[in-house]
Amino acid sequence: MGAPNRARSGPALSFRRLAERSTFFMPAAILLLLLVFYPIATTIILSFFSGSSFVGLGNYGAILQDPATLNPNGLSGGPPYGTLVNNLLWIVIHLPLSLFTGLVLAVLLQRVRGASIIKSFIFLGMVTPLIVIGVLLGFTIEAPVGFVPAFFGSIGLPSLDVNWIAHPTTLLFGLILGSVWSWTGFSTIIYSAGLTTIPKDYFEAARVDGASEWHIFTRITWPLLRPVTLVIVTMSLLWELKLFDIILGATNAGGGVGGAADVLALQMYRYAFVALPPEANKAAAVACMLLLFTTLVAGFLFRRLLTGDAPKPRAARRLATSTRAGE
Amino acid sequence: MAGPVLRLPHIRLRTVLVHLAAWGIGVAWLIPFLGVAVVAFRPLGEVALGWWNLSPFNPTLANFAGAWGNSDCPLSMGIRNSLLVAVPSTFIPLMVGAFAGYGFARYRFPGRDYVFLSVVLLMAVPQQMVAVPIFKLMLSVGLLNQFLGLILLHSAWGIPWIVLFMRNFYRTLPVEIEEAARVDGASEFKTFYRIVLPMALPAFAAVVVLQFMWVWNDFFFAKIMLQSTDRAVATLCVTQLSGQFTRPWDLLSAAAILTLLVPVGLYIVLQRYYIRGMIGWTIKG
Repeated sequence: MGAPNRARSGPALSFRRLAERSTFFMPAAILLLLLVFYPIATTIILSFFSGSSFVGLGNYGAILQDPATLNPNGLSGGPPYGTLVNNLLWIVIHLPLSLFTGLVLAVLLQRVRGASIIKSFIFLGMVTPLIVIGVLLGFTIEAPVGFVPAFFGSIGLPSLDVNWIAHPTTLLFGLILGSVWSWTGFSTIIYSAGLTTIPKDYFEAARVDGASEWHIFTRITWPLLRPVTLVIVTMSLLWELKLFDIILGATNAGGGVGGAADVLALQMYRYAFVALPPEANKAAAVACMLLLFTTLVAGFLFRRLLTGDAPKPRAARRLATSTRAGE
Repeated sequence: MAGPVLRLPHIRLRTVLVHLAAWGIGVAWLIPFLGVAVVAFRPLGEVALGWWNLSPFNPTLANFAGAWGNSDCPLSMGIRNSLLVAVPSTFIPLMVGAFAGYGFARYRFPGRDYVFLSVVLLMAVPQQMVAVPIFKLMLSVGLLNQFLGLILLHSAWGIPWIVLFMRNFYRTLPVEIEEAARVDGASEFKTFYRIVLPMALPAFAAVVVLQFMWVWNDFFFAKIMLQSTDRAVATLCVTQLSGQFTRPWDLLSAAAILTLLVPVGLYIVLQRYYIRGMIGWTIKG
């Protein structure tokens, strides 16, 4: 009912104004249609073809049956697990660790002198090119030049005093933990910004009432940071799915020894730009799988952002949905 | 009565511990960077068994000279090429996105929110999703291996977040002045560049810093677009120095330091805008 009113508000636009207004969108529309929308549509179409013949989901089936994607022997034999599992492992390990570390650091740094300097140190990994981060991680876990194997040797763990680059398990988990190191700057900065939005009175009132620090954290800080957590989780998921430079920089286009640290984006790159002859259709199918995952993640966040900042109780959400449906 | 007297040292000890922990973590976070920096400044023979072994210690700039004037992929060229790509790839999408973002913030038209949402959703698209068609398209129009092709690609790719960021910024500005200007007969463009543009300069600064760093740090688009070595940007040079089986850590460290110097330097100088930009497009979505 509101729509016609809105349309009628204000005088009708002159043709000149309409033309002017549409030119505001023109350059962006042309660039996006030609260099983003058109390639996306083409890739989706490519993924259903093999050469010039339509194969339906054939490429997807072939990829999912490829041990490079899902390695059935990985469960018992250790890495390589396959690209799909590796991306999942990154999500399962990297997401909670970087989120938690960032939160702890942000809370810890609230009352520290020179916190902005420490934050800059931690944030360095976020401004450095990811390909350089990859090289840096490779350097740090390689024996004997790297610090990590030597460190474990010096604290009496000889089983970890090996060349991490040369062993599938240490390579995979070394890079996952290393990427926690580089990405924690993100959650630290965003959580720090989130903490400043919480009014100081809340904490002071709670302290006056004799609440313990732990209580203050679980009852005030954490619930009020929920919208911020949502953003960090989404951005981290997208980052973990799009992973490419770090692996290539630390190893090679094959994902390191035995493909232990291989990921979906790298697999796509090999199909399209390393394989001879190129397998553009399989590359397209891998890319589409990635797109499916990232769109699901992003769609989830944007829905939340559009329906309001904080996640709402279920009843309120149902009400909001039904209102929208009734329009 | 004894309470305050006893609590004072208690708080102090706690504060000291918190500071020690925080600074300890901060410095520990730098260790990988420190390692690469130390290797970059020393001969490979000294650091092959660990950069923390400090004797003998003969600092040298030879590694930097080797990376800067390398015969495979000189960083002097890589950094120049990176600048040639990154500067236009920053200002083109800034202008394009500033206009479109204004349109989304102020103009009403049917389906606007759906168009806006689909543009914003593009931020989630992986680069791999456009790689093959872009490669073929650029090849067919002769822009493969040309900076212009890569610049156009980066420009298009940067538009979604810039549109989102600028649109959210414009919506914080009071609309009344613009309305008044329109009533007085000012054209849309005049309203935009006389009234909106001057107020938007801080937001532009945030866009410039973030987009420049994004393009500078990009590897994938450069890798598929720039095939010949004399067009390589800095991030490409880093991998081209890597060697097939063993890694020349002396050269590689120097190249890594040279490549990260520009974005890190920019961050140190323009930190305020960078953080503002990053928080702007994440939290205030």
